[in-house]
Amino acid sequence: MSDELPEDVITLIDQTVHEETADFPVERGYVWTACASVENGNPLYWDETAAAEITGGPIAPLSMLSTWFRPHHWAPGRDEPKLPLQVHFDLKKRLNLPEAIIAEFTTVFHEPVRPGDVLTTCQRLRSVSPVKRTKLGRGRFWTIDVEYRNVRGELCGVESYTGFGYNREEAAA
Amino acid sequence: MKPQLTLDQIAAGDALPVLRYPVSATTVVLGALATRDWRPMHHDHEFAVTRNGVRDIFLNTPNQAAWFERYLTDWTGPHGRPGRMRLRMKDSVFPGDEMVITGTVTAVAVDQAGCGWAEVELDLAVGQESKTGCSARVAVPVSPDDNPWARRGERWRP
Repeated sequence: MSDELPEDVITLIDQTVHEETADFPVERGYVWTACASVENGNPLYWDETAAAEITGGPIAPLSMLSTWFRPHHWAPGRDEPKLPLQVHFDLKKRLNLPEAIIAEFTTVFHEPVRPGDVLTTCQRLRSVSPVKRTKLGRGRFWTIDVEYRNVRGELCGVESYTGFGYNREEAAA
Repeated sequence: MKPQLTLDQIAAGDALPVLRYPVSATTVVLGALATRDWRPMHHDHEFAVTRNGVRDIFLNTPNQAAWFERYLTDWTGPHGRPGRMRLRMKDSVFPGDEMVITGTVTAVAVDQAGCGWAEVELDLAVGQESKTGCSARVAVPVSPDDNPWARRGERWRP
């Protein structure tokens, strides 16, 4: 593996890519399924009066931000599965790093997401490290930001993912 | 509805109530589907064992974030508004594990916009082993008539 980062990857840093609109609006059925999955009884999601008083109406749990962008498992006319966090997969392919993990991610929450919102998103590659050797193998760390906005253009949140793409066969002994 | 917790009731070093939860295959599959994560290692035992080299299907990361959010707001009540969460994944959580979530307040402050913040270190462990760490920043009312959810624009600095 060359230590030199390809020019097209350097060019990609801080560029806005994969601007997309969600396949479906935020809906309460999914909010309740998500709350049920972790037994979240927060009245903001179950009690209309509490939601009206505290958040000006129903909202979705903040940690669901990326849920609204995960593609359907199948859709008519789609030959290949659509992937979330596409830049992560683009980098794996471009840098010839077949294995990858997400080691860490940070979400900063802004405007809450509400039922009926159709969100838009975009991705930005923030950095790619020099070649590193870890117990998993030899590869590179990268950081990707994913930004989410509502139809009014308000920022709902930003997720920052730190991934490590690597070759298992070059793993340290 | 009055806030369940206000900033004056919190101090650095406070421990949050412990949450224990027995993880089952249903927990893992429900969590994956609730976050629209269709990847097979979160519902297909054979795939998880043969392709991922682990002992069973395991909790996905977005669902762990949902567990941490629930844990935080169980403590703060509905007026608590998470501003930031940083998750560090260390190891997997499997059916049969008892998940134990703990938290400690590391700092309490009021920002320049007058918003009250608690910084909290959370940990999801199985037995003595930490599986996922989470550093969180949550806005808490500074007084009984304060509501962090009413903050927008420059008044919200997560």
